Amino acid sequence: MSLNAFWDFLVLGLVLGCLYAVIAIGYTLVYGVLQLLNFAHSEVFMFGAFGGLLALTVWAPAADPAGVQSVVYVVVGLLAGAAFGGAVAYGLEKVAYRPLRRRGAPRLVFLITAIGASFFLYNLAGKLFGRNSLAMPNLYENRRVLTVFGADLNITQVIIVVSAVGMMVGLDYVVNRTKLGSGIRAVAQDPEVASLMGVDIDKVVSRTFVIGGLLGGAAGFLFGVNNKVVYTMGFLPGITAFAAAVLGGIGNVRGAMLGGMLLGVVETMTVFVWGEEWRYVAGFAALVLVLMFRPTGLLGERVGRTA
Amino acid sequence: MSGAVELTQDEARGGARPAPVLELRDLRVFYGAIEALKGVDLVVREGEVVALLGANGAGKSTTLRTASGMLQPRSGQVLLHGERVDGIKSHDLVHFGIGHVPEGRRVFPRMTVRENLEMGAYRFRSPDRADLDRVFTLFPRLAERTSQLGGTLSGGEQQMLAIGRALMGKPELLLLDEPSMGLAPLIVRQIFDILREINDQGTTVLLVEQNAAQALSLADRGYVLETGAVTMTDESAALLADPRVREAYLGEGA
Repeated sequence: MSLNAFWDFLVLGLVLGCLYAVIAIGYTLVYGVLQLLNFAHSEVFMFGAFGGLLALTVWAPAADPAGVQSVVYVVVGLLAGAAFGGAVAYGLEKVAYRPLRRRGAPRLVFLITAIGASFFLYNLAGKLFGRNSLAMPNLYENRRVLTVFGADLNITQVIIVVSAVGMMVGLDYVVNRTKLGSGIRAVAQDPEVASLMGVDIDKVVSRTFVIGGLLGGAAGFLFGVNNKVVYTMGFLPGITAFAAAVLGGIGNVRGAMLGGMLLGVVETMTVFVWGEEWRYVAGFAALVLVLMFRPTGLLGERVGRTA
Repeated sequence: MSGAVELTQDEARGGARPAPVLELRDLRVFYGAIEALKGVDLVVREGEVVALLGANGAGKSTTLRTASGMLQPRSGQVLLHGERVDGIKSHDLVHFGIGHVPEGRRVFPRMTVRENLEMGAYRFRSPDRADLDRVFTLFPRLAERTSQLGGTLSGGEQQMLAIGRALMGKPELLLLDEPSMGLAPLIVRQIFDILREINDQGTTVLLVEQNAAQALSLADRGYVLETGAVTMTDESAALLADPRVREAYLGEGA
């Protein structure tokens, strides 16, 4: 195993980690405001991939797009993925979770509802889009464009990294610098008092789902470009991103980003050293190990609402 | 009964009374099947400090929480400036100029002092610089700790922050739920001095306290709540002199 291969795998890990990080933000945001493990978020991701696929299929891209045309197609795919993800997340909150909140249902009911919603959504996708794997239309000629530390980066990887980093920076800005972000953080820390300050909790919760959905959907499209699009594609990235959110300290946005990058690298480096069959073993072993020493995750905030 | 008492007070003053800011009329509030408020009548007039006294579980906090929209009454009315507001949720009710400093302070623990204060002005497009200066003038200790996290402040500082946060929303009526709870006597005195100042600057105050002596020293009038109903109401001096109040709430033996 050459040094070159090491860098290649590290870069692969970081690229995968970028995707995990963006998906993990969706879990962590929703957990922050509702203390809800939204297991249906993996289906939001999957619908994002189908959103991008549909938009690009309907748009019937040229057989061999290049240059500006390629850029337009990628942007369209990202926007369509984000829109699908956002819409599914919005509907999910409205239909599945809000009625439970109105009735003050216990946590367990939310969890079971999340799992049920996940089953419903991926079977719905299977029904709507068929159960075969589909490939994204050809968006560009995927050639090597960059060499970092001797590792080759192709266009797909550059697109993933650039758009994921862009989304993370944007999200960080929204959470820490905007009024909506203040509302989200206030609801996460003390919803009752937030409402005394004039924060409409329902509105903040709904928008939090939409933000998570936009990011998850866009990540779904990016994942679909790199892999296949199929109705079951959400499960593994979803559960891994969830683990990443826990690893970073669920409820903490920067923790989710860190956890995602870390899991991406750990998984890929494990594949490099021991082979593909150890990929998820290593990821979840890392999770267990971190939680043994830091039960609240790497950047963990205390779980729950007390000061 | 309370109406009659106020009439005689009014006649004694011999003048027009300030308009009521908050009125509770025959308020009934339930937690499930338990009746927490059994028909509470209460009036707070412009510029007053009114104390709400009573033992644990008498319904003091419930009264405040209903006034600020956190709880909805089963029957009865809540009026702000003569307008019915029961049924309006707390996040909309803040626009009526009501500021609620909740029991236990409840500052946002993972926000800085400044962010906490800015949250207080959430109902406006942006926080008013003059309000921020006012809070820092009232509470110089907060000015020294603007970038410290709320959760790391001492109890007294948290109480100051909670009051400052409420002031950032420009309330005409300030509701305070046990501001002295768990604080050293010296700090309590400081906080009550500042409440005096806030009232002098024109904010009406409704104060819930178990510390009756402290509360009545600040308040113009007081109400005594027992098991969800008003049992006494009078001017502070009269309540302080009342043997029943002295025995039950000022810790004097029978």
